[in-house]
Amino acid sequence: MLTLFTKSSEKSDLLLLALFAIVVFAMPIWLAPFGAAYPDLMQRFAIFGIFATGFNILFGLTGYLSFGHAAFLGVGSYTAVWTFKLLGMNPIPAIISAVVVAGLFALVIGFISLRRSGIYFSILTLAFAQMCYNLAYSVLTPITNGETGLRVLQDDIRLFDAPTVGEGAPLISHIGGIEMQGMPGFYFCAVLLIVMVGVAMRIFRSPFGMMLKAVKTNQTRLNYTGVNTRPYTLAAFVISGMYAGLAGSLMCVIDPLAGAERMQWTASGEVVLMTILGGVGTIIGPIIGAALIKYFENIFSAFNDQTLDGIFSFLPEPLKEGVVNVTSLFVGDGWNLSLGILFVLIVVFLPGGVTEGLNRTGKFILRRFGIGRDPENEEKTSPAPGE
Amino acid sequence: MDAILLQVLNGLDKGAAYALIALGLTLIFGTLGVVNFAHGALFMLGAFCAVTINKVLSLQKVVLSQTETTAWGTPLEIRTPFAQEWFGDFGLTIIDYSVPLSILLAIPFMLIVGVVMERGLIRYFYKRPHAEQILVTFGLAIVLQEIIKAFFGANPIQQNAPELLQGAIDFGAMFGDPGALVYPLWRMVYLGFSVVVILSVFAFLQFTTFGMVVRAGMADRETVGLLGIDIDRRFTIVFGIAAVVAGTAGVMYTPILPPDYHMGMEFLVLSFVVVVVGGMGSLGGAVSAGFLLGILQSFASMTEIRDLLAKVGIVGLDQIIIYLIAIVILLVRPRGLMGRKGVME
Amino acid sequence: MGILEVRDVNKNFGGLKALQNVNLDVQEGSVHAIIGPNGAGKSTLLNCFIGRLTPDTGSVMFNGSTLLGLKPHEINQAGVVRVFQTPEIFSELSLLENVMIPAFAKRDGSFKLNAWSDVGSHKAIREKAEHMLEEVGLADDRDKTSSSMSRGDKRRLELAMCLVQDPVLLLLDEPTAGMSRADTNATIDLLKKIGGRGITKIVIEHDMHVVFSLADRISVLAQGTVIVEDIPSKIKGNEKVQEAYLGGAHL
Repeated sequence: MLTLFTKSSEKSDLLLLALFAIVVFAMPIWLAPFGAAYPDLMQRFAIFGIFATGFNILFGLTGYLSFGHAAFLGVGSYTAVWTFKLLGMNPIPAIISAVVVAGLFALVIGFISLRRSGIYFSILTLAFAQMCYNLAYSVLTPITNGETGLRVLQDDIRLFDAPTVGEGAPLISHIGGIEMQGMPGFYFCAVLLIVMVGVAMRIFRSPFGMMLKAVKTNQTRLNYTGVNTRPYTLAAFVISGMYAGLAGSLMCVIDPLAGAERMQWTASGEVVLMTILGGVGTIIGPIIGAALIKYFENIFSAFNDQTLDGIFSFLPEPLKEGVVNVTSLFVGDGWNLSLGILFVLIVVFLPGGVTEGLNRTGKFILRRFGIGRDPENEEKTSPAPGE
Repeated sequence: MDAILLQVLNGLDKGAAYALIALGLTLIFGTLGVVNFAHGALFMLGAFCAVTINKVLSLQKVVLSQTETTAWGTPLEIRTPFAQEWFGDFGLTIIDYSVPLSILLAIPFMLIVGVVMERGLIRYFYKRPHAEQILVTFGLAIVLQEIIKAFFGANPIQQNAPELLQGAIDFGAMFGDPGALVYPLWRMVYLGFSVVVILSVFAFLQFTTFGMVVRAGMADRETVGLLGIDIDRRFTIVFGIAAVVAGTAGVMYTPILPPDYHMGMEFLVLSFVVVVVGGMGSLGGAVSAGFLLGILQSFASMTEIRDLLAKVGIVGLDQIIIYLIAIVILLVRPRGLMGRKGVME
Repeated sequence: MGILEVRDVNKNFGGLKALQNVNLDVQEGSVHAIIGPNGAGKSTLLNCFIGRLTPDTGSVMFNGSTLLGLKPHEINQAGVVRVFQTPEIFSELSLLENVMIPAFAKRDGSFKLNAWSDVGSHKAIREKAEHMLEEVGLADDRDKTSSSMSRGDKRRLELAMCLVQDPVLLLLDEPTAGMSRADTNATIDLLKKIGGRGITKIVIEHDMHVVFSLADRISVLAQGTVIVEDIPSKIKGNEKVQEAYLGGAHL
């Protein structure tokens, strides 16, 4: 799986990134036939793409499975809203401060959690995330506004734009008058997604990235090779925490509201699923995973008994009733059940995720038609990312 | 003094729940080498055994009254539980005792759930990386809790302790100071139940041949396997036992905390902390850390201490005390209180 | 004055005295073999040098400063490098990456946040690693992953990983264990070849053929103590040694 990109040169990396940028910017066009070309959903694709890409830098490269990354997402969100409140509705300072604060949180949590590895690490990060959730939900109510959630109010300081925005003007994040909603909001997130994927590509190809892969394969050997693995894993943890902080802040750029539920363990589990669904350790996999999950969440959640009735209306009445009843377990509110089943199925049957599945299918087809006898050849003709 | 004793007692029942879940987690981890993220879901399933039994027992026969009418002029519905209809007052008693009676269902049910889980899914993961073990059990936890949510809804469902056990014990009166130390009777029952379960598990491991093999397997799985003992079959049973312990703990906890579908995960996270604090792989550590953290949590939620902390600007410590303590312990003793070297390194 | 000085090292495991008053002087540039029957404490001793175990008492001085209490990566950075009994490699990475990692560790120290440059752009490191792979005869496979290699090849790869760091002291724990005679001879030749670079080596070995063709000095360890230390020709006829091995077939 790792070979999908590591064999390419720096130049071909740039080419891939350019290709990726085109695919992302053209989303409004090619997603239209899937009924997914509306800004709200595409914004989520980009935001969760960033989140999962960052998570993958930790999990994909080092093998350290964090179950608490939603905490950084939440920290990023709260920081962003506070920046809006204090400095104004420009998204740039909000993003920067969110990344910095999330990074600091990751530094502290990582410092403690990374004293242990394996299962211990997963448990510790999970416990920390739950603690952050409790802090946000009740303990730090003055800062987080508890269960109501934190939002920007008219009488907030907003140092830099309070005079320019008149009374009663909507509190929406904007740059130079362009409001970060709808398509502009999507393009803003898309640009950041492309930048962050570029950064991830560089990290993957750097000596630092190589060290992280070595941590995953044989940490003991790396220690006896003269490498202090702790700062490497900590750096990876902080970087991926910063990605999560960025994603959290973007959520607030789109909709300036931060709530504690964003930090719940389900959210941490979701990013894990996105990453393994797409393909752990690949650049493009986690983004595909994030998009797939958000896409199907969107479709599945929209179903209700009426729509199901409509879909199965061709069936005879008693049969239809049964089918609708069973199906309704998995859609609408039952989306989480489908998610859980998907989770189990992916781990059991396709731990390499969709990208591995595509690779396998690609190789199978090539072998069928007698093209890909040479393994090198197979490698190159494996499906292009983004397809 | 009485106040302190009360907090200790208050902490004990929550600690007992942590201890019971942590005990099962440790047992499974020690024998199968798998961290079971679905263990909280087993606790929750147990709790919903109680809910189911109660629902079934309370099924009502609806008869329209011949004589009386409601305010709207329609005949009044008379609802009688079938249990009462068939067995009279004894039926009512059965309904009243639905929670303890649920254990009779929970034991075989949880045993089946545990064995099916282990044989059907988890055993394929023994040789796979820890990360995948965590992920598959985590996915399973989501599935279980969402199934429960689909059938029972999202709201907590209140369960009552038998009327006889609903009152409180006035410990104060025993020492000549009535009212100073009042403790709900059911929590006392829960505590007693936990102690019995914990002691039986320990006795089972200590004094039976089966337990001896399991303990040997926990210490060195390969060697025991080489002795020609079918360790796998025994470990399946261990998984079943752990499931039963978690499930019955869930049943008995329902009168204390109305069960909802996501209670499992909340207890699981805290039980993990308990296991980490106690020391991975140590049964004694799991149990003692469970009680210890339960008591500490209860102290932090004491009004006097909260007021005191609020004066220095700390609020809501009780929400996070367990995590803070876990952090401190891990910084000071990375292996936990009773952790052995070489486990999970 | 040796480059590695071991003084009165003791190590107990519970009641078992694994090492008792072990003394050792390894001369700079020499090949020093440690032999002895199974359970004599050879591996325990080696583990004390690299920070895997800490002796209960005694001192281990390398180049005039102590190795005790140092972390494994610090010991490596000091120039003490170990080849393991079962080859320890990065099995999911390519052979070239396997050798580049220690080369980076040698150049950049125990930690450097080098996250922005391309691995391939570090030409000096790459060439050094390629050269090293050539030297051990694995240059053709440099882009393959190392998981599918034979044990002998893995051992050679590990040797390349250690040598690329230009170690001052190289610890070899049974470098030919489990190898065929041909592979063993190839390894001996390789070790002799690198001997020219003035790397001090400590070899633990069962195979007396290997020991006598490589070693300048031999220490014989039995029941946790050094019973004899001498040049190979004198060890061969030593009664104490034969006694320790109790009819050890090799002697």
